[in-house]
Amino acid sequence: MAATTGGRLLKAAVTRAQGGARRRAFLLVLPLLAFVFFSFVLPIGQMLHRSIHNPAFAANMPQISAWFRDNPVGTVPGEAAYAALVADITAAAKARTIGVVGTRVNYELSGTRSLFTSAGRRAARLEPPYAESLPALDAEWASPQLWSAMRNVSTAYTADFYLAAVDMTRATDGSIVSVPADRKIYVEIFQRTLLLSLLITVVCLLLGFPVAHLLASLPMRYSNLLMIFVLLPFWTSLLVRTTAWIAILQGQGVINSTLVALGIISDSERLSLVYNQTGTIVAMTHILLPFMVLPLYSVMRTINPAYVRAARSLGASSWTAFRRIYLPQTLPGIGAGSLLVFILAVGYYITPALVGGASGQLISNLIAFHMQNSLNWSLAAALAAILLGVVLLLYWLYDRLVGIDNMKLG
Amino acid sequence: MRKLLIMSTALCALALPASAQEITVMSFGGAYGASQMEAYHKPYMAMTGIKINSVDADNPATPLKAQVEAGNVTIDVADLEPSDLVRLCDEGALEVLPLDELPLSPDGKTWEEDFVEGGIYECGVGTIVYSTIIAYNGEKTKGVDAIEDFFDLEAFPGKRGLRKSAKLTMELALMADGVEPADLYDVLGTPEGIDRALAKLDTIKPEIVWWEAGAQPPQLLADGEVTMTTAYNGRIFNAMIEETQPFEILWDNQILDFNLYVIPKGAPNRDAAWEFIKFATDTQRLADQAGFISYGPTRKSSMALVGLFKDGKTQMASHLPTAPEHMEGSLVTSVEFWADHDIEISERFNAWLAAN
Repeated sequence: MAATTGGRLLKAAVTRAQGGARRRAFLLVLPLLAFVFFSFVLPIGQMLHRSIHNPAFAANMPQISAWFRDNPVGTVPGEAAYAALVADITAAAKARTIGVVGTRVNYELSGTRSLFTSAGRRAARLEPPYAESLPALDAEWASPQLWSAMRNVSTAYTADFYLAAVDMTRATDGSIVSVPADRKIYVEIFQRTLLLSLLITVVCLLLGFPVAHLLASLPMRYSNLLMIFVLLPFWTSLLVRTTAWIAILQGQGVINSTLVALGIISDSERLSLVYNQTGTIVAMTHILLPFMVLPLYSVMRTINPAYVRAARSLGASSWTAFRRIYLPQTLPGIGAGSLLVFILAVGYYITPALVGGASGQLISNLIAFHMQNSLNWSLAAALAAILLGVVLLLYWLYDRLVGIDNMKLG
Repeated sequence: MRKLLIMSTALCALALPASAQEITVMSFGGAYGASQMEAYHKPYMAMTGIKINSVDADNPATPLKAQVEAGNVTIDVADLEPSDLVRLCDEGALEVLPLDELPLSPDGKTWEEDFVEGGIYECGVGTIVYSTIIAYNGEKTKGVDAIEDFFDLEAFPGKRGLRKSAKLTMELALMADGVEPADLYDVLGTPEGIDRALAKLDTIKPEIVWWEAGAQPPQLLADGEVTMTTAYNGRIFNAMIEETQPFEILWDNQILDFNLYVIPKGAPNRDAAWEFIKFATDTQRLADQAGFISYGPTRKSSMALVGLFKDGKTQMASHLPTAPEHMEGSLVTSVEFWADHDIEISERFNAWLAAN
């Protein structure tokens, strides 16, 4: 066995030295790791936790929740159940949590919010037998749909928001069924988001490849100057760029007015270029193009032009030399640019919101709707979690097929 | 030298608490926010010396809810729509206000007698009555006199602007289909009613341009992008008078709603916030704000004090939603109905919107 001058085993000495280097490296990264953890992982984790955890009913109505736990699906509620319910409603009304409870049940069964709030106002004056006095306030209290909805929301941890996020719901007997056809939205919007993002990635690639090639082929001082034009959009506000597209694309905008003035189209046949999918695609391609050009440019800069020249001298046509020699060398850059553009496009919110109209809406707009308008944060979290899952899945697929190590940013 | 440094730092620390008190007021921005600045904020700052930090949001209910849940509230006063107010009040996110401390009207009426129906709640004091109306360019489009014309693409060709929400859009569709305002929410509460409203909207769906922010409809009209659009009446009025756009308002079947001031639970300057609200909602202030934007005051006593617009020429009274000649056929948004049915109807509406 090899030994160092100090008599210790060489292997042990090397491991100790490497351990020290690794510890030092870890300590250097620790501040950044802590920052990412507290500002990114923890808040997003808490938000995703909301998607499975909604204690609005379970925490504020303990007695009836316990009754649901103790009695299986299908048990007809008797006096004990009604007594527990009335006791909980009275307590919740006093603690001013009856509104939260009603809202939670309202997600399952429409119209029940006012049922709870009005019962809350009168529950304290109810007399036993509650199985008769509560339905006397409103017949809805005896309906099996209401009891089924309450059973669903009585557990704090629930998968119901994920079910809703894929257009499913629970029937009265507890089985999972599809939502009626006129309420289906999310699956279609997910598909639309992925397809549009793919389309935008392809268009960005087709437009960005020649630009990157030009920049990479020119002498440094010219390409640096032209690079400024690629980077200039980054210095302009995103909102300004998007509203500029509205001014260009709209019915009375620059493009349509020019075409009418040139006589190519008539005044009544103006093209509908904005407030639809076309608007979304055009504006998002413009905004995401630099993200495709820059990785491509960095990779192309490192390609030795001698290879293409050698191929041409050996008799390859221009196209063959490009296809068999140049293109494969740019593949890491294409991979990096495409992944970047695709992931950005999938999560984009502002541009589809402004120029997308109704048909150009992406999933992020629906997530924003639930965050801001309906204030149903659990559903928004479930949709966001599914989006995150889909993107991670695609990333993993990309790694299997192409390999992340084959990706270069320059 | 060191002693000098320590002394000067200590003196700075003493000076900090002596800074002027300030409160943060969050509202919707745009022409409406500007009118509040002129009518409430500036007089209040001049009167008391308390600085008002004005913040804008598309819907103040969202940041308010987020702040209260996080336990880190920076807003003192927020401007809310009644449906959000009722929801947040029931959740305990808003302070219950001591309404008896509100000032009397000049003719001695208490708040219970002076505020219009729906203009005051235990968690919020109303400031304005606004309405959603149909606006069009008076020079390019002529002969619009009922909301059925909004759905008539042959007589009035061109695109239509509608707010991208079930609220305000579904009611318009039903009223244009012939439902009386008094029966409207009964009809809208049934699945057949929702189908009927969506079927009516289907007749113009390809021509609809959807707006979300209040400033978009006047812009769409000015660009010529739409022939007719729903809009908040105050924004259209400001475009008509200040920017001399040739817009016209169709008051038929207007949909009335309120805006109210609330104090979030855990606001840092609760007492100062309440003082501001008492000032901003007294009779004179509510009449003043009508001089900057054409929204009606929530106090009945203010109508008599409403005078000229800030341009010094236009009489405001006939431009307010609460003017008697506009009230015929008007619909007051039902807060209770939307609190119950918003989720279900929005789901149907979003699904209809997403379908091609």
